Amino acid sequence: MKMVDGKPMEQAYQSALLSLLYQLADDDFILAYRGSEWLGLAPHIEEDVAFSSISQDTMGHAAMFYQLLSDLGEGDVDHLAHARSAKERKNAILLEMVNGPGHYLSKPRYDWAFAVVRNYFYVQAKKVRMESLKNSSYEPLANAALKVNMELYYHLLHWKTWFVQLMQAGDEARKKMEDAIKRVSADFDGVVSLGPLSKDIATFKLIESEDILKEKWKLFMQPVFDSVNLEMPDQFGIQSGDGRKGEHSKDLDDALIILSEVYQVDPAASW
Amino acid sequence: MLQEKVNIVMEALQHVKDPEIDSISIIDLGMVEKVEVNGDAVSIELLPTFMGCPALDIIRQNVVEAIAELKCFKEIHVQFIYYPPWTSDRVSDEGRLRLKEFGIAPPPKQMTETGEWHVDCPYCGSTYTTIENIFGPTSCRSILYCKSCKNPFEAMKPVSTMM
Repeated sequence: MKMVDGKPMEQAYQSALLSLLYQLADDDFILAYRGSEWLGLAPHIEEDVAFSSISQDTMGHAAMFYQLLSDLGEGDVDHLAHARSAKERKNAILLEMVNGPGHYLSKPRYDWAFAVVRNYFYVQAKKVRMESLKNSSYEPLANAALKVNMELYYHLLHWKTWFVQLMQAGDEARKKMEDAIKRVSADFDGVVSLGPLSKDIATFKLIESEDILKEKWKLFMQPVFDSVNLEMPDQFGIQSGDGRKGEHSKDLDDALIILSEVYQVDPAASW
Repeated sequence: MLQEKVNIVMEALQHVKDPEIDSISIIDLGMVEKVEVNGDAVSIELLPTFMGCPALDIIRQNVVEAIAELKCFKEIHVQFIYYPPWTSDRVSDEGRLRLKEFGIAPPPKQMTETGEWHVDCPYCGSTYTTIENIFGPTSCRSILYCKSCKNPFEAMKPVSTMM
């Protein structure tokens, strides 16, 4: 029996906790996978090193959240990562979208502006979450957040630098960035959402409410938008569907087939 | 007797090196959080430097093997825990020296309020260095360049709970 504040965990509390953990784990897992597809294709060699290092850290964070789920009786971590179908996954749809047209083995025409905006917006949202989770009522999650937060410092610095530099580069770069901001904003509500149990998640003090977290995100982003002379979008959308409810795109199905290939052949394969 | 066994374990752990920086032991890296001996069982708790570090499983395996070689325990438990979180100030003075030997600047002890940090060249000691990439060949290292002796070098990233 898991305990919270010296008392056995209530059913409603556990449901809210599991829901939040699946979102955290699945978000990091799929975005780390998308990041790994950029290996060898980033704009320059130092970026290749940096982006793959960030993706590796992010996959480590996913592994830690899957471990927390496993500790609560949700099954083996490799199973959680590789064997769950798309409809069981709770990641935001924005994070599963392909990097661009083509395939990484043949004619990849990946969109770097989309990568920068998606990662910057997401990492800032994740940073806000981790700061809040440090005070989570579920202590193992608070401890994990403290660890993730330290590594995230460097990720945020990295994406912010790209964002500001490309926004200030003018001409084509500026246009591509503004297009990417529109695209990411159209689905960013799916990222800031805490899912169907969001009220319980906040009531049980697992994390602050969705609205508070969203306001904090805006507070951090406002000066950055000001510095590059762009109006910050005041509304986001959830145009492609709600991943927190298990709604997903074909992009996720395709990704799962590739990333689980080894696991499906040999579930005991060592990584 | 108990303390003796703990000492033997610690001595054995001194010989377990980071597979990617083989001049420094996991003790000097500050990765060993707890060693507990209970009869003929030993339980060791380790702190991962970075969560995504692929060397973690190798380190765990090497620890198990080093302890098994002592032939004084029937049960060996090695576990990674993430609280307290590993921070770069856990690297010992001996560890800082060993890192330099390997061509890696030890993590800076201080960071400015803006999060900026500076390290000297591990080869010539010059402060005239530039950062090429915060991210390096492993999660815990950055890539720098010394403008004095014109050598590229690496530094261990500072990590603290203040970040």
